[in-house]
Amino acid sequence: MADRYIPGGTTVETTVLGADEIILNMGPQHPSTHGVLRVKLHLDGEKVVGSECVIGYLHRGVEKIAEHRTYQQFAPYVDRMDYVAAVSNGLGYCEAVEKLMGVEAPPRARVIRTILTEMQRIASHLFWLGTHALDIGALTPLFYCLREREEILKIFEKYCGARLTTHAFRIGGLQYEAYDELEKDVERFCQDFDRRVDEYETLLTENRIWVGRTKGIGILSAADAIAMGVTGPVLRASGVQWDIRKAAPYAAYDQYSFIVPTGKNGDTYDRYLVRMEEMRQSRLICLQAIENIPAGPILGKVGKVLKPPPGEVYHAIEAPKGELGYYIVSDGTTQPYRVRIRPPSLINLEALDQMVRGHLVADVVAIIGTLDIVLGEVDR
Amino acid sequence: MRAGDSARLMTNDAEEKQPPVPPQADKPDAPSAPSNTPASDVTEKPAVAGKPAAEKPTGAPSAPAAGTAPPVTPPATAAKPAAPAAVSGAPAKPAGAVAPKPAAPAKPAAPPPPKEGPVPLDNDLVKRYKARFGDGIRESWIDRKQAILVVAREQLLEIARYTRDDEQFDLLADLTAVDWPKREKRFDLVLMLYSFTKNERLRLKAHIAENETVASVESVWPTANWLEREVYDMFGIVFEGHPNLKRLLLPEEWQGFPLRKDYDILQQDDAWVRENLNIESGQ
Repeated sequence: MADRYIPGGTTVETTVLGADEIILNMGPQHPSTHGVLRVKLHLDGEKVVGSECVIGYLHRGVEKIAEHRTYQQFAPYVDRMDYVAAVSNGLGYCEAVEKLMGVEAPPRARVIRTILTEMQRIASHLFWLGTHALDIGALTPLFYCLREREEILKIFEKYCGARLTTHAFRIGGLQYEAYDELEKDVERFCQDFDRRVDEYETLLTENRIWVGRTKGIGILSAADAIAMGVTGPVLRASGVQWDIRKAAPYAAYDQYSFIVPTGKNGDTYDRYLVRMEEMRQSRLICLQAIENIPAGPILGKVGKVLKPPPGEVYHAIEAPKGELGYYIVSDGTTQPYRVRIRPPSLINLEALDQMVRGHLVADVVAIIGTLDIVLGEVDR
Repeated sequence: MRAGDSARLMTNDAEEKQPPVPPQADKPDAPSAPSNTPASDVTEKPAVAGKPAAEKPTGAPSAPAAGTAPPVTPPATAAKPAAPAAVSGAPAKPAGAVAPKPAAPAKPAAPPPPKEGPVPLDNDLVKRYKARFGDGIRESWIDRKQAILVVAREQLLEIARYTRDDEQFDLLADLTAVDWPKREKRFDLVLMLYSFTKNERLRLKAHIAENETVASVESVWPTANWLEREVYDMFGIVFEGHPNLKRLLLPEEWQGFPLRKDYDILQQDDAWVRENLNIESGQ
């Protein structure tokens, strides 16, 4: 039974099964695993007593590729990791290289970056909400969420010509000047968006089925969350008020006021509430940012050939899913010596085993959804 | 912010020094108040910088909100109004324009800074570590304002425990490795740590030779479980005491460690591909 499973000590295969126990394979083609995640569940009846993730199906060796590209050439690759939040990935990479070189993007570029990144956060959370609700059985929110997400993708398309893998930023600033109606488009979206979030909430927040399926499910205490290295909304839902945008402001976040929502219980319902509030806060950041976009250049003084001085840097940003860190080692040439990407999804997924134990198989679906993982980022 | 580089080297990543939840009450009236808007600062600076050249405290207002830039550096530019223009390499304007200049060129002058790069570090943190572990702390330096400690491989676990319990670096943000094949001990094991209470980051490193093993820190930070598996997967570093050390991303039977420098980018485990995927290797 449950006590026969040695936590973290053995794998599911080597576990001795009791008479009522089975191993159930979930994925990699299961629709609720959000990609090619395979989870081996060790079940006692319908209760989960242990689990093991099998990942790597999407492994493309991004970190190896980085060592064979110049700094600029590698920038588009990072968009392919968390492909529902490509802009955030690009921001982290560009800022990390800038830090390595000791340059900084001009104020105008930083503000435009902030606007686009916050729009991306909203888009990422919307996609999470739609699919998460769909997993649990609420079909409607998906259509609503994708409708609003489409508006954001249109803004990206108008800005840089791409919708998903945008490669919107360049090392040292921006390549493209903001198009004429950018502020208007963002404002129009933001004006409308608060009402939209209310709309999603009427569908879910007090919905008895939703509450029943999410409250008390997948509880992660603050201490456990920190020990497991969990970051982002998952950590905040456990009651730790930590957001890199506040703790170590980057881009132009130090200029805007916003609150960092936290939860109390660390369950799936709290994670839902935290992300809903984060969308509202992102909207407020966008509204503040478009009010005053400084004039000036959009690209700092970086040469066409980037040769950062030898050394290393670790730069982390608050991506929609958590701490996205880039650890870059330079040997003074045009190609990075080593690029390590700290993907929030991978490390949040690691906590899955702890969260699913004692729950039913149907709850595993809810817990995978609430972690908001993107397998492209988990496997890199 | 760049202007303060040299003076802030002694702090541990000074720009992360802000308290986790800074008060943001000043939003309505002063959206541009915080430090990162040099353009608007220029208007008030000439008055300041043009005044008595050596008056140190006057430099402080240039970084009002952050409170991170120590008051030492801004005066350095203000102290000799004539010099900065020449030093920065920007076209030197006649005396009349000298005053506003120091504020503006401070930034553009940064791109090829000779200051970037490792600088030895010997602050309180390092002293505490050295007092406790002596030779266990091999080197310490600061690079891009980030503190790095190189520790002895044999003492890694002990130092990790101390780092979590006494120095309160309770979050292991990342654990990875770097391969330097020409070095005697070819691998760098790198631990990225963060302290919620201090809002500081610290990087621990250990040098590991190809045939050496290292103690697993999984018992200190459980999150190291997968991270060490990934390092084993990609570099072949063996972690002693790891509860489940097997490959994380690649198939278990894969031969070779892809992130080692001597593993070619086009290289594959052809036999594995043929056997399991029934295709000839794509490259």
